[in-house]
Order: sequence, then C-alpha cells, then structure tokens
Amino acid sequence: MLHALSLGLVLGVLWLLLSGYFVPLILALGLASVVLVVFIAHRMDVIDHEGQPVHLSWRIFPYWLWLLKEIFVSAVHVSRVILQPRMPIRPRMLNLKATQHTELGHVIYANSITLTPGTVTVELDDDNLAVHALTKETAEGLESGDMDRWVAAVEWETQLDQLIAARRAELKKDE
Amino acid sequence: MALVLDILSWISILIGAAFCLIGGIGLLRLPDVFSRMHAAGIVDTVGVVFIVLGLLLQAGWSMAAIKLLLIVFFVLYTSPVSTHALAQAAVSVGARPWVVDEDDEPTEKGDESSKT
Repeated sequence: MLHALSLGLVLGVLWLLLSGYFVPLILALGLASVVLVVFIAHRMDVIDHEGQPVHLSWRIFPYWLWLLKEIFVSAVHVSRVILQPRMPIRPRMLNLKATQHTELGHVIYANSITLTPGTVTVELDDDNLAVHALTKETAEGLESGDMDRWVAAVEWETQLDQLIAARRAELKKDE
Repeated sequence: MALVLDILSWISILIGAAFCLIGGIGLLRLPDVFSRMHAAGIVDTVGVVFIVLGLLLQAGWSMAAIKLLLIVFFVLYTSPVSTHALAQAAVSVGARPWVVDEDDEPTEKGDESSKT
C-alpha cells in the first residue's frame, strides 16, 4: 500500500511538473491517468520496494552529492590519462565483495561504480562484483571501500526493515 | 546580473562540451571495448551534467528547468544500466579485457593492441 501511494505521488508530481496546466478538466484527466497507471502497475505486480525504495535512508541525498564529486574527480583523472600522448592506462579486473545486505544495495553500488568514469561493473553475481578499471588510481579508489561504505549507509534502514520482517516471520512460525 | 549568469552558463556549457570531446577522443584512442567504455562514461556523466547546468542557468526558475533536471536524473539512472548491459554483451560474445599487470613499467600502447 505504501509503495502504491508512493508511486501515485511520484507520478502525480511528475505529471504536474511536466504539464504546467492547472485547469480542472486537465487536472482531472491527469488524476485519472495516474490512478489508471497505478492500477495497471498493481495488476502487473510490479509495485514493490525495488521500484519504490521508500525505505532508503535520507543519506541517499548526501550520497548523490558525494557521488557527483567522485564522478567529477575521476572524470578529470581519466581525461588527463586519455589526453597524454603515451596514454598511461593500466587496465585491470578487480573482484570486489559488496557489503550491502539487500539486492537494491548491490545494484546501487554496482551502478555507482559504472557511473564513475574509469570503472565499469562487468558482472554482478549476488554480492560478488567483477569490475574493469582503467588505471591503477581508479582501481585503488574503489579498493579503499569508501563507496561501498556509503552505499551500505544508504541502504541501512532498508536492511533494518528486512531484519525486522524476517524476525516477525520467525516469531509467527513459532506460534 | 544577466551578464554574470550568461558568462557562468557559457563556461559550464564549454566545460561540458570539452568533456564530451575528450570522451570522443578517448573512444578512438583507447585500445579495447572495455577501456573504451570508460571514455563513453565521461560523456554521459560529466558531459551531460555540465551542459545541462549551463542550460539551467539560462532557463532560470521555469518549467524548462524542471525538465532539464529530469533529463539529468534519467540519464544518470539509465546510462550505467546500458553500460553494464554492453559490458555483459561483450563478455558473452567472448571479448576479454586487455589487462596490464605491472604497475611501474610504462605501457607501449601501440597500434597492435588496438585489435578487439
């Protein structure tokens, strides 16, 4: 229910922002389409915690800022490498372990790695990541584990939620 | 004030354009599929962000600004997915990354390494 509400809210806000018309008829049509889409999504059973990560911590916002900074720093680094006549690249494959506990956390981590220039996630299997890094510096940046810790902090509340749900299920079984 | 905004917006757009250009150069210069993806990564992250930032300064507080922000949001969310799909596709057809093990020895990035 919470997820359906969240989807409706997101769609509604998006619709208002994109339309910019506040005439009753148009608003009613917008509302109708939002309700229709939420209904269809519900029928398709695609409304879940992955599409609507309402349980993610507020830390996602500082994380975005931190990620933008990281992206900029590595973009400058990779650009310098590309523009040097000798092009001192040291491509390598890294095997990393993601410390997040949810699938969503793994995906956020893997996508953040790909988003940062100089590192691309080639494979994601459960919590094992195969990453291609362009230079020694980008590889070391990743191995320091800063990004991993950030993402773990972002999904922390989701994780807590799941622990509580699992515990509840256990208690129910015992009864 | 308008002049300051114009200048800032131009600087930002030019930085974005420069990153796109560098990404393009990298795409041509780097030796194999996997390393070329990194160059493409510059274009669809910093390139897009800086160009849209410049356009935002031109748009001011308007509907257009919201749409520009949505563009950045969607590009940043979708591009890693497509890059990952590309990397997976490359692996599944048998492409293996060209890897250098030594850290100190300078690489001879010659023409012979550009076949993949």
